Order: sequence, then C-alpha cells, then structure tokens
Amino acid sequence: MVHQVLFIVFGLICVAGAVNLLVQRHPINSALSLVVVMASLALIYLLLGAEFVAAIQVIVYAGAIMVLFVFVIMLLNAGAEERTRGSRIALFIGVPGVVVLAGAVAWLLVHSSGQLGGVTIGSSDFGETHSIARLLFKDFLLPFEVTSVLILIAIMGAVVLGKREG
Amino acid sequence: MDTKSFIIVAVIKIALVVFIMLTGVAYTTWLERKLVGRIQNRWGPTRVGPFGLLQPLADGIKFILKEDMIPDSVHKGLFLLAPMLALTMSLISIAVIPFGETITVAGHTTALQISGVTHAGGAISDINIGLLIILGVTSIGVYGVALAGWSSNSKYSLLGSLRASAQMISYELALGLSLVGILLLSGSLSLREIVNSQSGTWILGGQNTHIPHWFIFPQIIGFFIYLLAAFAETNRIPFDLPEAETELVAGYHTEYSSMKFAMFFMAEYVNMFTVACLASLLFFGGWHGPHIPGLPPLLQSLLPVFWFALKVFFFIFLYIWIRGTLPRFRYDQLMAFGWKFLLPLAIANIIVTSLIVAWRG
Amino acid sequence: MVPLSWYLILSAILFSLGLFGFLLKRNIITIFMSIELMLNAVNLSFVAFANYWNALAAKSAGGVAKLASGVPVVPLSGHVFVFFVMVVAAAEAAVGLAIIIAVFRTRETLNVDQVNLLKL
Repeated sequence: MVHQVLFIVFGLICVAGAVNLLVQRHPINSALSLVVVMASLALIYLLLGAEFVAAIQVIVYAGAIMVLFVFVIMLLNAGAEERTRGSRIALFIGVPGVVVLAGAVAWLLVHSSGQLGGVTIGSSDFGETHSIARLLFKDFLLPFEVTSVLILIAIMGAVVLGKREG
Repeated sequence: MDTKSFIIVAVIKIALVVFIMLTGVAYTTWLERKLVGRIQNRWGPTRVGPFGLLQPLADGIKFILKEDMIPDSVHKGLFLLAPMLALTMSLISIAVIPFGETITVAGHTTALQISGVTHAGGAISDINIGLLIILGVTSIGVYGVALAGWSSNSKYSLLGSLRASAQMISYELALGLSLVGILLLSGSLSLREIVNSQSGTWILGGQNTHIPHWFIFPQIIGFFIYLLAAFAETNRIPFDLPEAETELVAGYHTEYSSMKFAMFFMAEYVNMFTVACLASLLFFGGWHGPHIPGLPPLLQSLLPVFWFALKVFFFIFLYIWIRGTLPRFRYDQLMAFGWKFLLPLAIANIIVTSLIVAWRG
Repeated sequence: MVPLSWYLILSAILFSLGLFGFLLKRNIITIFMSIELMLNAVNLSFVAFANYWNALAAKSAGGVAKLASGVPVVPLSGHVFVFFVMVVAAAEAAVGLAIIIAVFRTRETLNVDQVNLLKL
C-alpha cells in the first residue's frame, strides 16, 4: 500500500518533469525539469532497493552532467525557441505519437503482466555497495577498465574541441 | 520502535538540531568578527551586549527589516529558488551526521543522529551510504550558486557565479578522492561504522602504542587534501575569489538583499559546519574521547557529544584563523592548484593506501 | 506489492517522451537532453529487472535466479549495467557539449534547422 502510493507519487513527478522538459521553450527550464526527473528517478531506485545506484544517480547524473548542461546554457546564453509553423506541426505529430508508442508498449506489458509478477519494496540486503564492487572488479573488470579509457578519450576530445583557434 | 513514535522522535530531533545549528551559525559569525578583529589588532563587536554577544541578534533583526529589493529584469522563479535551494541542501546534509551514541529520555532510547534507528538490544542502524549522501547533496548545492548568478541577469553576477560553480565542481573531485583512503581503511560508507572503526588504539608490531586509532595518522595526506578541497567547496579564504568584496562587486549574490542574502550567508556557514563535522568524524574519531567516570546517565550519553563539539569548534576556529591570516588565490592559480596538484596527489594517496592495505592483509 | 509492469510502463512513457523530444524539438541542447531522458528510462528498467531477478533468486532453490528458459542470471548485473550506462552518458555529454559550443562559435545559432550546410 505504502509502496504503491510512493511509486505513484514519484512516477507522476517523473512524467510531469519529462512533459515539462518538452513543453518549455527556454532550455534552462528544460534542464531544471530534467534535474527533477533525475531526482525522482533516484527516489524510485531507492524504492527498488538500489541504494548505490540512487546515490550515484544524484552525484553523477543530477549533480555533474546536468550542471554541465546548465553551464553550457548559461555560457551560450541562447534565448527561448520561437513558436514557428514547424513547431506547431511538430506538436500535432508528437503528442499522438507519444500516446501511440507508450500505449502500445503499455498494452503489451499489461497483457503479459501475469508472467512478470510483482516487485517488493527494496530491502537492505540487496544492492549494497560492496556486492556491486565485488561484481564490478571481478566479473566486469574488462568493461570497467575499458570505460576508464573511454573517459580519458572523452576528456581529451572535450579539451581539443573546446580550444579557441590560435 | 514503532512508526508513530519514530516519527515523533525524529521530528523532535530535527527541530532541536536545526535550532542548535542556526544558533551556532549566528554565533559563528560573532566568533569570526571577534577573532578576525583580534588578529588584526582591533576589538571586533563590543557595543551590543557584553562582549558584543547580542550582535548576531541585531544582525538578524536588521536582515528581517531590510527592504527586499527584486530588480525588474531578473527571472523571478529562479531568483527566488536559488537561495532556498542553497540553504535546504546545506541543512539536509546534517541529517546523516551522527553526534554520539544513544540517549535515553523519558524511557525512549534514540540514536543521536537524525537518520539513526535504534533496535532492541541497543544496536543502532544507520544509512548504509551516508558519505555518498553528503557528496550528493554537495553536488546539488552547486545549482544554488549557478542559478543565482544566471537569474540575476547582470554581468557581475553571471561571471561570479560561473567562477564559483566551476571552482566548486573542480574541487568536488579532490574532495571525493581524498575520502577514498578513509573508505579503504574502514570498509564502509556508513558514517557511524567509520567512527566505530576508529575506536581503540593503534597496535604496531604487537605493541600497543597508546595513540588513538584515528584515521588522521595514516591518512595525513588525505586530511590535507580534504581540508584544502573543503575550503574551496565552501568558498572561504584562500579560495574565496568569487565572492571577495574587492572583486566582482559581490559575485553571485550582488542582486540579493535582506532575507535572501541572509539565506546565502547562512548556507555558507552551515556548509562550514558540515565540513567541520565530517572532518572530525572521518579523521579525528568523531565522538571518541577520554572517559570521565561517575556521571549521571544523561550527562554520560551527552559526553561524546561534548567531545564531538570540541573537535568541530577546533575546525571552525581553524577556518576563521586562516581567514584572518592568508591572502586569496587568483582564479587561474586556484584552478591550476585544484586540477594539477590536488587531484594527482589524491590519486597517489589512493594508490599508496590501497597497496598498504592489500599488503597488510 | 507493485507489479513489475508498472515500472516498465513508466520506463516506456519516459522513453517515448524522450524519443519524440529528440525527433521534434529544434533547439540542439533540448535534443541532447531528450537523449539523456531516454538513457534514464532505460536505466529504470535495468534496475527494476535487477530487483525482480533478486526476488526470483530468493524464491528458487539454491539461491540462483533462473529465467523461464533456464538461463542463470546474476541479479546485481542490472546495477552494474546502470553504472556503465552512466559512465558512457557522462563521456557522451562532455564531448557532445564541446561539439555544441564549437558549432555555436561558428554558426551563431542553436537551431538545428539552420545548421544544415557543411560549409557556410
């Protein structure tokens, strides 16, 4: 009962934030709505017992990646989008499109929900940091090292791309 | 304990801690003005009350009664949101900080921590990821600064906030990495576990040296990095270029007046408190201290809180002492220091600590 | 007891909102944010399935979760995948925003419809 209420509340906040992301015309409002979506997703991860993933969602996604987005929006200081004929057509295609796609997937899921079963509210014997660390450094060691090389390449790429000419 | 009494006890603890924290913040401003005044060979506040002790009260009344100006060209929503975000994030991190063991009042036993739960038998359970929560809340606090400058729609505010937020996110890396040494030594992210693993004394080669088992001794370099990164995170001297009075007018809070400015001010001091609490918990053994026999039970459970408060007071004193003594870094020196010196040093600290921990078994 | 399909429906709604934002918005930064929304939706279904597999492991004999086809799965690998998705999203955000800044410096606009010529 508590689980259902909490899930519905945070799910509604997520969806409201995502819709606001698309409805707002100024990118800074979209960025802040996306931060709200990420924060409510972190709370849903806590409901699912994923405490480490929730913490790094807040630290990495909401606290670092979105700060980068907000920085770029502040630096470039681009204004709001104008309401052109193209954007009105996009609204006419987009809203039914979202409803159709999400509705189709939802129908499929509800149709097969007998096979899927239920989810209990997360307990503290699952998703602890040391279990994830054990998996990460034993079974998934190669992907872990490869992602460290990936981050190095991204840093070098960002520095080179951001340099001014001359 | 059952849900209803847990909620009532938690609300009482929250009210008490927030009241003590905000009073502490007010009197830290008094302490700062007195100490910096003495370092500069002058008196500091002396007029309002004995030794100027009512000065924070006078300041508070002034802040409330000041005219609240909102310039026309600001983005209203974000302008009002930014100081609230900054203050809220600072206060949230107090929720996971443990002040002591348990206290028993009127038959109810509760942990001296807002997020701690006591079980039958005296065991206290804490949040498993307490340290990560504090790091996460610090990351969200950058939004308060960034949005304040941007929404003010003025060039001094924008430049000041860009500098301040770039500084804060750069030093967050060094801050997080300096704490990895502590994690390797204690094996847990829960703050109460980290303090519990600092009980006892160091035993070297079978001999009991009578040095307390605090993590400052193996992690002296980590402590140094943590302290510097924390000074930069809280925008204090020597890293306070973004809000220095002689630069950039007043940085990101140029356009703010009265209560909203007071909120930024309080957020900065509460951040100082959080950093000081973390330093005493992680490096100085938290609430462990000499045991005084023969005290009544209530004072006995408050004695660890007293040792903790003493260590936190030492760090606040250090903050104010450095403010009165050192000049400030130029912005490019500040960024070069964070990226080119502190970050490699923190990584070297992690490598050396993990080698030693692996070698000892 | 919340059915697993509810979490997956939420993930589907977020994913389709992100998809249509990506296809139909004209501001390049908003397009990029829709990509991040899609990645978050996928993370949610990974974590939901990890919890579900943990429940399967608790119910099965021997504590090893097995899918309906008999393939054994490690429940926490869902969390590890989310970790990798976040790392890749961070790297992609860094490089993508650097590209956006470079494009803005030369074309002076953030509207993707006006950045349609290779040479100015």
